[in-house]
Amino acid sequence: MRKNKQFNWQRKHLLGLNELTAEEIVHILDTAKGFEQISTRSVKKAPPLRGKVVVNLFFEDSTRTRISFALAASRLSADVIEFTEKVSSVSKGETLLDTARNLEAMGIDIVVIRHSAGGAPKFLSRNINACVINAGDGYCEHPTQGLLDVYTIRKIKGTLEGLKIAIVGDIAHSRVARSDMWAMSKLGAEVIFVGPPTLIPAEVDKLPVKVSYSLDEVIEKVDVINMLRIQFERLGGNPFPSVREYSHYFGLTVERMKKAKPDILVMHPGPINRGLEMESEVADGSNSVILEQVKNGLAVRMAVLFLVNQAAAQQIS
Amino acid sequence: MKIILDSKQIERVLEDLTARIISETSPKLDIAVVGIRSRGEILAQRLSARLSEKLGKDVPCGTLDITLYRDDLNSPQGNDQPQVRTTEIGFDIDNRVIILVDDVLYTGRSARAAMDALIDLGRPKAIKLAVLVDRTGRELPIQADYAGRKTDVAPGKSVQVNLVESDGKDEVVIE
Amino acid sequence: MSSELLIKNGRVIDPANGIDKVCDVLIADEKIAEVGKIAKNAQTVIDASGKLVTPGLIDIHVHFREPGDEEEETIASGSAAAVAAGFTSVVCMPNTTPPIENETDVEYVHRKARQARKTHVYTMGAITKNREGVELAEMGFMAEAGAVGFTDDGNGVQDPAVMLRALKYAAMFDVVIAQHCQDNKFAGNGVMNAGYYSTILGLPGTDALAEEMMLWRDIQLVRKAGVRYHAQHISTAGSVELIRAAKKDSLPITCEVTPHNLLLTEKCCAEYDTNYKVNPPLRTDKDINALKQAISEGLVDALVTDHAPHLQSEKELEFLAAPFGIASLECALGLYVKALVEPGILDWPGLIELMTTRPAKIIGVDKGTLGKGKQGDVTIIDPNAEYKVDVNKFRSKSRNCPYHGWMLKGKVEKTIVGGEIRFSADS
Repeated sequence: MRKNKQFNWQRKHLLGLNELTAEEIVHILDTAKGFEQISTRSVKKAPPLRGKVVVNLFFEDSTRTRISFALAASRLSADVIEFTEKVSSVSKGETLLDTARNLEAMGIDIVVIRHSAGGAPKFLSRNINACVINAGDGYCEHPTQGLLDVYTIRKIKGTLEGLKIAIVGDIAHSRVARSDMWAMSKLGAEVIFVGPPTLIPAEVDKLPVKVSYSLDEVIEKVDVINMLRIQFERLGGNPFPSVREYSHYFGLTVERMKKAKPDILVMHPGPINRGLEMESEVADGSNSVILEQVKNGLAVRMAVLFLVNQAAAQQIS
Repeated sequence: MKIILDSKQIERVLEDLTARIISETSPKLDIAVVGIRSRGEILAQRLSARLSEKLGKDVPCGTLDITLYRDDLNSPQGNDQPQVRTTEIGFDIDNRVIILVDDVLYTGRSARAAMDALIDLGRPKAIKLAVLVDRTGRELPIQADYAGRKTDVAPGKSVQVNLVESDGKDEVVIE
Repeated sequence: MSSELLIKNGRVIDPANGIDKVCDVLIADEKIAEVGKIAKNAQTVIDASGKLVTPGLIDIHVHFREPGDEEEETIASGSAAAVAAGFTSVVCMPNTTPPIENETDVEYVHRKARQARKTHVYTMGAITKNREGVELAEMGFMAEAGAVGFTDDGNGVQDPAVMLRALKYAAMFDVVIAQHCQDNKFAGNGVMNAGYYSTILGLPGTDALAEEMMLWRDIQLVRKAGVRYHAQHISTAGSVELIRAAKKDSLPITCEVTPHNLLLTEKCCAEYDTNYKVNPPLRTDKDINALKQAISEGLVDALVTDHAPHLQSEKELEFLAAPFGIASLECALGLYVKALVEPGILDWPGLIELMTTRPAKIIGVDKGTLGKGKQGDVTIIDPNAEYKVDVNKFRSKSRNCPYHGWMLKGKVEKTIVGGEIRFSADS
């Protein structure tokens, strides 16, 4: 009776949430709790990753995720190296593998990678020794975003069990939607994808979600609503006729919020296209937990860096 | 298994520690108690309650998680990974005398980590280490300012502190 | 110089002439002299007891990358691989750099093949200049130089007006127009089949309709133009339906199927292993069953590998960026046995028919037969020998083969081209 049931984190990589068990996800969330206060106290540093090198390997534009990871790593006393390069999917010049191998030859411990090709982090993890953390791969997964989303919900609502959660927007091209879907459904929530039929992915009926083309129908039933960014740079072939029409049907307006539950949580992975996905008043309103998400993102990323490092240390034996 | 402190003896040790802390600390200074998770936390709560009663003023109590400051994070840890938990210190540690409380002082590494953790939270006036059991086997030059029971323990054996709040009874055993 | 080769006591399977019996084959002066019980002796005698003796196998869809990408494969290395796999004739695709689009290009391929002295190498020419799908290429000159058909393979001809023009023009010559059916606008930048797996793997998918729509369109154009048309590497149940209906209407349409579309599904892409990235993509069990059904009904005219060699470094990229293609020439026979003979969909004569006489008819060459006076191209197969696929032993330059480590049955013992033993398993 001396010790509580011990859970050991075994994974050296965090590639996606699809392959994690509910227990593993809860462990990350519990661990993240212990990191929250590092960001609020006056000495915003702790030593667990001292002497470790974390590389931010970002092949796609992203200021906020990159900064979040860089801050998380440096708060754990790691050295952070930024490598940002826009590479088209027709790889000209150095291949992804060569880039990573070159970095590894210089001695790195953790690679945080964002890439436009789904599967790139997995590919990397098979070919280098360092830990690999997926910061977003194509439209496959964005695991730390999924984790910070469920962390935020859990912190405020206590549990995800039985909650109804709507994810609204360009589902077909959204890695956030997929990671959220895996995490939320594993933790017992009911997930509803909402969007125009042109932006709902193939064979969605095989996934653990419900689908609706009507935000108005869904808004009164849900406890949490996550508005996805319409990513103009990713959309091909004109899935909706105009921005005006999209926001008319799928924008989170003050009017629509009147139909929602009074304690509904409004979330957004950022950056917000004000006036498109949601009106400013909603983004800044009392139901919005968008800034909480950002704050929690730091704690979650610190937890992930800490855990993969632990697993790697253990596997060296 | 050998019992070296039963529940009555533990009571007496805590009384004794309380008295010594009070007598050795100038009344002009503010004291606070911080326990190292997880049994140090329980002992800290008991200690701060006694100190508050005897001094007639509130001696606050906090909990410190030292996982992030351990020096063995990058070495293989065998079967049990250290788990990160929260640190809850709801008061300002600057300029206070912090009584750092742990159940057993052995290698000194936990105490070293706790000191580093505390110093990242502020600048205490002084840190004093109070432990229930002080066993031989130091690996760092650390000493307890207030030790309940000093004991010589053979290297293969461990000192287990059981407390009512977590284990159902008050008892210190060697096994 | 008269050279004679006698193959004794093998099970001779010659679907072109309806032969399936144990007897002997005599090759003299590079031609088949006699098939039957042969008493006389010859300079070289091969004892083929327990083995199958078939017309030389033919693969009408391979990529040998020459000219332009010789580091991936050359006509020499490709034909060495082919002959070791039992093929005595292959047909190269014209999507080389530069593409095969005039008679000099065709002659270049033939010359390189002659120098290699392994298999016969034929080539198809491009339908349009630079395979861009806009202007017709010099089909006439290419046909005269020996091109056995035309295709823009790698691409399909997108513009229906251009395709109709190509079909009409081809009516002047007796050559087949072949099509890689893929509507590019519909397919988008898909890298695997569109479905559940492309959704959870976060990869753009190619819908089955992209193939079926162009096939349907071409069938209507063939109705108008009445010219021989060959649908390359069909991969979906929908395509099978279309072919079934077209053949019922007696249209001059043929089709081919690859081993990977009979053995592998989209699920294989789940680990992002680029050895499974191929175009048209791996589909579903439903599609595999439809293709097998089509084969058993006799709707499929040829089995082809679509051998697409790539360097390891080219495939060692993230899935989105890696080139399409599977190189399977050297284990082809075993793969067909696994997919069709073992489950009882075809017997050996049925299989050999799809690898000899029927493909020969599509490309209009007088091969794939052991008739008297025909070319002395013969393959000797041990139908029961098992072997393990080892990509490191491939004679091809490429290694992008997902079948590495597979146990297959049906090993080529000897490959004879024009009466000359150009491959022997025990040498």
